Amino acid sequence: MRPPFGAVRALVWREVIRFLRDRNRVLGALLQPIMFWALFGSGLRASFHPPVPGGSIPYEEYFFPGVVVMILLFTAIFSTVSIIEDRREGFLQSVLVAPVPRSIVVLGKVLGGTCLALAQGLVLLVLAPLAGIGLTPAVLGESCLVLIPLAFALTALSFCIAWRMESTQGFHAVMTVFLMPLWLLSGAPFPSLGAPAWLRALILANPVTYGLAALRRVLYPATAPVVAGLPSLGLSLVVTLAFCLLTFGGALTLARRTTRSAGA
Amino acid sequence: MTPLMSSPAAVAVHGLVHDYGASRVLRGVDFTVGQGEIFGLLGPNGGGKTTLFRILATLMRPVGGRALVFGHDVVREAREVRRSIGVVFQSPALDRRLTVRENLDVQGRLYGLGGGDLRRTTDEMLERLRLLDRAESRVDRLSGGLMRRAEIAKGLLHRPRLLLMDEPSSGLDPGARQDLWDLLRDLRERFGTTLLLTTHLMEEADRCDRLAILSEGTLVAVGTPRALKSEIGGDVIVIATGAPAEVRDGIESRFGGPVQVVDGTVRLERPRGHELIPRIVEAFADRIDAVTLGRPTLLDVFIHKTGHRFLGDQAA
Repeated sequence: MRPPFGAVRALVWREVIRFLRDRNRVLGALLQPIMFWALFGSGLRASFHPPVPGGSIPYEEYFFPGVVVMILLFTAIFSTVSIIEDRREGFLQSVLVAPVPRSIVVLGKVLGGTCLALAQGLVLLVLAPLAGIGLTPAVLGESCLVLIPLAFALTALSFCIAWRMESTQGFHAVMTVFLMPLWLLSGAPFPSLGAPAWLRALILANPVTYGLAALRRVLYPATAPVVAGLPSLGLSLVVTLAFCLLTFGGALTLARRTTRSAGA
Repeated sequence: MTPLMSSPAAVAVHGLVHDYGASRVLRGVDFTVGQGEIFGLLGPNGGGKTTLFRILATLMRPVGGRALVFGHDVVREAREVRRSIGVVFQSPALDRRLTVRENLDVQGRLYGLGGGDLRRTTDEMLERLRLLDRAESRVDRLSGGLMRRAEIAKGLLHRPRLLLMDEPSSGLDPGARQDLWDLLRDLRERFGTTLLLTTHLMEEADRCDRLAILSEGTLVAVGTPRALKSEIGGDVIVIATGAPAEVRDGIESRFGGPVQVVDGTVRLERPRGHELIPRIVEAFADRIDAVTLGRPTLLDVFIHKTGHRFLGDQAA
C-alpha cells in the first residue's frame, strides 16, 4: 500500500475541480461579501466613529479585513455543506468504504476547503488598495500565512457541524445562529473598543477574533492606530493554531465515531 | 504444504441483530455466501436489506451478532474487509461534476493506485464496461444506464473479491438490465468475483445462484430459486372474488386447506391445480370473478413463506 498521500491529494483535487465547475458557487462565495463591503462600507462611512486613539479610519477600510474573513467563512461553509447529502447518498459513501483511515478522509476534505477559501480570500485581498490598505508582496505573503490556518480552522469547524446534520436546512439554522455570530463578534463589523463590557468579553472569547486580529496586524504597521488594543500577533497566531487543532480534532473524532453507530 | 485448507466463505453472517431505537430491523440473521457465488437478498423495501448491506459494507456496526467477509470481521477488521470489497450503492456515489475518468482516478487513489498502473487499470475497466468513448464526459450528462455502468466500473476498479450491490438494476431499462447481468456473469467467470446483491425484483432474484428472502428482519428462506419454487406443491391458484373470506372457508371445508386470503384474493397451492379448478368454479360460481392458474414464481414463494404480498401491505 502506498502512503495515503495520494488519497489526500486526490480528495483535495476533487474539491477544487468541483468548485471551479460550479460557477454559481464561485460567484456566490465571492460576490456576497464584496457586496456587503461596498454597501456597508459606503453606507456606514459617515456614521462610523471608532474610539481609536489617534484618529478616525474610513469604514470601508476598517471593514475590509473583516470581509476577507467573511469570504473564508462562506467558502468553508459552501465546501462542507455537501457532506450532509454526500454521506448518506453520494460520493462520500464510496470514500467511507475505501481502505483509507478516517483521518485521511477528513484531512482531504478540510484541506480542499482550505485551498478554496484561501484562493477566494486572496482574490479579495488583492483589492485591498481600493480600500486604502497598501499591499506589498511581503504583506501578501504574510497574509497568506495568517489566512491558511484561519481558513483551515473555519473549514474544520464547518465540517464538524455538517457531519452531525441530517439535513441542509438544519445546517442553515446553525449557520445563522452560530457561524454568523462568530463572524459578527470577531471585530469584523465593529471594533471591540467601543462595545459594552459583556460584548467585549464575547469578542475576546471568540477564536475568530484572533485570526482577524492577526490579519490586521499583518496588514498594518504595529504603530497604526487601527491595531491599537488588538491582541498581539504572537497571541493571535497561537490562538488561531490552537483553533485549528481543536476543530480538526473535533472533526476527526466525529468522523471516527459515526462508523461505530447507526447512520453513516 | 498444508493440504487444501477450507477457504473461508466470502460472507458469513451469524445471528446478526440491528435496531434503530425501538424498531428492530434485523432479528438474528444467519447465512453464508460461498466464493464465486451470485447471491441475492430478496425482500421488500423496509425489510432490512439495506441495513444488512450497510453492515456488510462496514458502514454500520450491528447491535448484535457477527458478519465476516473472507474470514474478517466487518467491525473489528474493517480495513481488511474494505480492501477486499467493492461497493455499488443504490444512490449514485459518483461525483456528478467530475468526468467518468476523473471519478475513477479519485477512486483508484483511495485504494492506493497511482501513475501508469492506475491509468492502465482505468482504461481496462472503461473498456470492459464499454465506457471508453464516454470517459471524458461529465457524469451528470450521462444516461441512467451509463451512469450505472460507471458506478460499477468504480466499484470494480481495485478488483475486489466480493462485489456488494444495492439494488443494482434500479433505474435501468430492460436492455440495460440484461447488459448488467451479462457483465456480472462475465466477472464471475473470469475473476471468480463473488457477488452479493439486494433486490426487490423477482426477475432479478431469479437470476441469482442462491437467494435469501428477508422479511421483517428475518430470513424466511434460503436456497436456489429452483429449490425455493419447488417447495411449493405444484400449482398456484388465485381466485378473484368479492367475498374472499367466505370463499376461503368454503374451499377449506370442501377440499381441505390451507387456503389464504392475500390482498383481497383467495390463494391456494395444490398439485394438479387444473383438476381442482373446475370443481371450485362449480361450487362457488356465483361468487368468483376470475381464476388464474400458474407455475410457482418467486412471488409465490414469498407469499408462501410470509403470508403476505410482496409490496405495499407489509404490515397487513
